[in-house]
Amino acid sequence: MALTIHVKQEFSMKSVTLTASALAIAVAAPAFAQSRENVQVAGSSTVLPYASIVAEAFGENTDFPTPVVESGGSSAGLARFCEGVGENSIDIANASRAIRDGEVETCAENGVEEIIEVRIGYDGIVFASQQSGPEFTAFEPSDWFSALAAEIPQDGEMVSNPNSTWADVNGDLPDVEISAFIPGTKHGTREVFEENVLLQGCEDTGAYDQMVEAGMSEDDAESACMAVRTDGASVDIDGDYTETLARIESNPDGIGVFGLAFYENNTDTLKVATMGGVEPSTETIASGEYPVSRPLFFYIKKAHIGVIPGLKEFASFFVSDEIAGPGGPLANYGLVPDPELADTQSKIENETTLGDEQS
Amino acid sequence: MTDATANAAPAAGRRTSKSIIETDANTRKRNAAEARFRYYGMAAIGVGLFFLCALTFSILRSGLPAFTETAVTVDFTLSQEQFDEAEGQVLKTAAYEGFFVRELQAELNEEGASDVEVSEAAVGRIMGKVGSQIREFYRANPDRLGEEVSFTLPASSRVDRYLNGNLSREQLTNSRFLEPDDLDIVDGLVESGVMVNAFDWGFITGTDSGVDNPGGAGLGASIMGSFFMMLVVLVLALPIGVAASIYLEEFAPQNKFTDLIEINISNLAAVPSIVFGILGLAVFIQFAHLPQSAPLVGGLVLTLMTLPTIIISTRASLKSVPPSIRAAALGVGASKMQSVFHHVLPLAMPGILTGTIIGLAQALGETAPLLLIGMVGYVARQHPDGLASGLLDPNSAMPAQIYTWAARSDPAFYEKAWGGIIILLVFLLFMNAIAIILRRRFERRW
Repeated sequence: MALTIHVKQEFSMKSVTLTASALAIAVAAPAFAQSRENVQVAGSSTVLPYASIVAEAFGENTDFPTPVVESGGSSAGLARFCEGVGENSIDIANASRAIRDGEVETCAENGVEEIIEVRIGYDGIVFASQQSGPEFTAFEPSDWFSALAAEIPQDGEMVSNPNSTWADVNGDLPDVEISAFIPGTKHGTREVFEENVLLQGCEDTGAYDQMVEAGMSEDDAESACMAVRTDGASVDIDGDYTETLARIESNPDGIGVFGLAFYENNTDTLKVATMGGVEPSTETIASGEYPVSRPLFFYIKKAHIGVIPGLKEFASFFVSDEIAGPGGPLANYGLVPDPELADTQSKIENETTLGDEQS
Repeated sequence: MTDATANAAPAAGRRTSKSIIETDANTRKRNAAEARFRYYGMAAIGVGLFFLCALTFSILRSGLPAFTETAVTVDFTLSQEQFDEAEGQVLKTAAYEGFFVRELQAELNEEGASDVEVSEAAVGRIMGKVGSQIREFYRANPDRLGEEVSFTLPASSRVDRYLNGNLSREQLTNSRFLEPDDLDIVDGLVESGVMVNAFDWGFITGTDSGVDNPGGAGLGASIMGSFFMMLVVLVLALPIGVAASIYLEEFAPQNKFTDLIEINISNLAAVPSIVFGILGLAVFIQFAHLPQSAPLVGGLVLTLMTLPTIIISTRASLKSVPPSIRAAALGVGASKMQSVFHHVLPLAMPGILTGTIIGLAQALGETAPLLLIGMVGYVARQHPDGLASGLLDPNSAMPAQIYTWAARSDPAFYEKAWGGIIILLVFLLFMNAIAIILRRRFERRW
């Protein structure tokens, strides 16, 4: 449409410019003439495996083409999602955290005003070491705080973390050097780890109260609780779980943070530890007994529904009982099914946007 | 120079008393130094060879299992009612899989392949994702419904790893993927010849698969992606690169401006490839609105990366053509352009082609820029069906596909990644071999 108007405007001008613009259209035409037929998804590398399972099944079970699922991380995916509306922008953003207010604003500024939020299930975060390593079988959040905190309050003053072995932290743990491999700050997993483990542990040990008593503001105390030591006892892994696994395999004392699905796929090499006395499994995470889990989401651009063929069908297919419910391929791979899946299904059916939910 | 004269004077004084046959201390020292240097050289080559062997060995050992597939050949009958029932469901492939698993279970229990009763769950764990193959077959051949059809269907990735020796019975813990007791059934199936480990062409020709289906993963679609990218690089980088080099080498005046261009080209050759990726994202996707994940964009980015390599090698081969050839051509009345195109360029051609092929091989193995333009993930999921779709439809490339596989949690994908490396290396060896052959056959020396 825009192209024809362009030509009409040029019509009154010199013939030279007309040929030039015609040439430009001829060059640009192949890129525009082909309307996109497949759904495009990008975002969180945690959601990627599930999305790829569903995409493959969607292609096999329907007459729509198989969607494209790119990885890149929650923030990068949402940034691309918010670039605007149109065939050149993605239709769905995967995220291992809820969309932030700032991102909703950016979206709205670029014309992406109607966003449908879909929660697909929960992901557990587990702590595992190699099979032949020492017995890390039971952890409490407080152990992780005492082992990894940058500074610990002692007699009203903040001192740098004196613990060098797990036994220093808790007499029941093996007497080996602390060497933890935790997700880097670009991962959504890191946020969950900080809030559900480090901050929780900080409060459990009473360190948080001591910090506040010593005159810190609540915000400062919280960020002090979540500050991780940088003396080498804890290593940030910016790659994916495969990298963490490689580190664990070469270090018998190492203990790493993994997603439940990754651990379950590698039970022959990894040994899992309980957290707060609860062993991680889809059941304990669904019931909320196991403390470290987080919801996984994807976000749909409502403006693309009806424009990109198969978009709504793909979303409903994703959260159908057969796929995302208990016993489905996603649960089989390690996703913890959402007990409120029926609500999500009706949300997609009615195309309920974030704005509708708030009002 | 001064050292030599300083040493020579006293030595000359002493030499009078010595025989020229008998070696003196100084000569022995120099001979020993030379011998030592030879040993250092041999040691350096030895270390290089050792690493090459170790690398080849580990790649082959880890990667070869990816080329085989464990499959079960069984006769299977599907009735019209079952077909209708499966087609009426949301997850049709799972329904077909269910029918197949139940029939195989009944068959196994009848024949008594194992002493204990075989459970449906165990058969489900042993078999891979078979639903889509069965569905495709019956959708294409509805007339075969109700009669017995022989199917060859893949076993699960863990059974495959067990038969390849990468997973031992002791390592296996009870999980929903495979239980140690299931291996008795597997052993029985292998003994009776129902289950065989055979070469898997699908790995070379197929498309990427979902993370729960490593057996179905293939590199074919990403090989096509790489092919179309290389096509773009060849079509753009070769003419642009050669034209730029001929102008710079033969026609351009020598001044500050051309010096600046030369320095910049040399610098560009050393720019990390990820920089070109960011450039590609900003210019081709965000500004020019070319489609995401398209081999066209990948090819454009790699063109930028390859251009300096081609320009530098082309200029080197133009320089190596002796000036006498140009002088002779000009002397018999050829124009400058005729002398370049009729005489200099043909003689420089082998060098130019070698440089181009090496540039292409470098581009073929490049991953970093592709990460930024959306070629990583579950992208290579269908074969392109023509030139336009090959250039514009989302696709991956070989190195990006290998990177994607290596990050997946099922260890079977890790093997696939190693297998992908073997295929990539075969391509690279092939391209380098062509470059060597061209150089050997057509290169002239003066």
